[in-house]
Amino acid sequence: MSKNTLINQTKIVFPSYSANEAFARSAAASFVSQMNPTYDELSDIKCAVSEAVTNAIVHAYRDVLGDVTLIMKMYDNRLFYAEIRDRGCGIPDVEEAMRPLFTTDPENERSGMGFTIIDNFMDSLKVTSAVNKGTKIVITKKLSLLPIQK
Amino acid sequence: MTEQSTGIKSITSGKTLTVFLDGDIDHHNARMIRSKIDTKIYIQRPDELILDLSRVCFMDSSGLGLILGRYTKAVELGIVFKVVNPTPQIRKILDLAGTERLIKIEQYQ
Repeated sequence: MSKNTLINQTKIVFPSYSANEAFARSAAASFVSQMNPTYDELSDIKCAVSEAVTNAIVHAYRDVLGDVTLIMKMYDNRLFYAEIRDRGCGIPDVEEAMRPLFTTDPENERSGMGFTIIDNFMDSLKVTSAVNKGTKIVITKKLSLLPIQK
Repeated sequence: MTEQSTGIKSITSGKTLTVFLDGDIDHHNARMIRSKIDTKIYIQRPDELILDLSRVCFMDSSGLGLILGRYTKAVELGIVFKVVNPTPQIRKILDLAGTERLIKIEQYQ
């Protein structure tokens, strides 16, 4: 990745209000639009960012308000990179949290499919977390090549 | 009977209640949508509940939780439940969760 040139980047920090879930995925859609994604690529990225940000809002800051950081980068090889960070409660067992249908919040009808969806819609997903320190989610997706303009 | 007052359009035909979801279904608005659908269910006591997803622009795992939750409620109350017209984006999420093992999904358009 380091061999590729960074062509644009942004960093957005917002409080963990649930209204910011729509803001974050709209920001991701706007940012990635510069890369002329296909409709499917755009939908997948919006959904993955929405899932990651929702995790921070619902789980990391369950009973408190905190800052969520969304960093996005694009590279000249059409790689999209996003990092979603919080300073919330952290995940004690990341492997367990990533298992399909695992949820700590079934009474609020959380489906436990957030990480599974991110993993499926993106090319890569990396989760690092420390209890009481926070969680960092890194996702990447290589966009398809543009059709040749005539 | 058509009702729009709650913001979520629904049609009742005989004992079938069809709810048309629209816009974005995420964690932020899932709770409100859930309570509106459940109110309709408890007031109307239908034999069949249909969720029409054709007008949904965006849905993530919170929407999946909402659909699975309405299925659970329908089973509890002895209501036949189905989901119709998911967009391709929603279909991907439903398929990923293996929703069709539990819930009937139909495409009319």
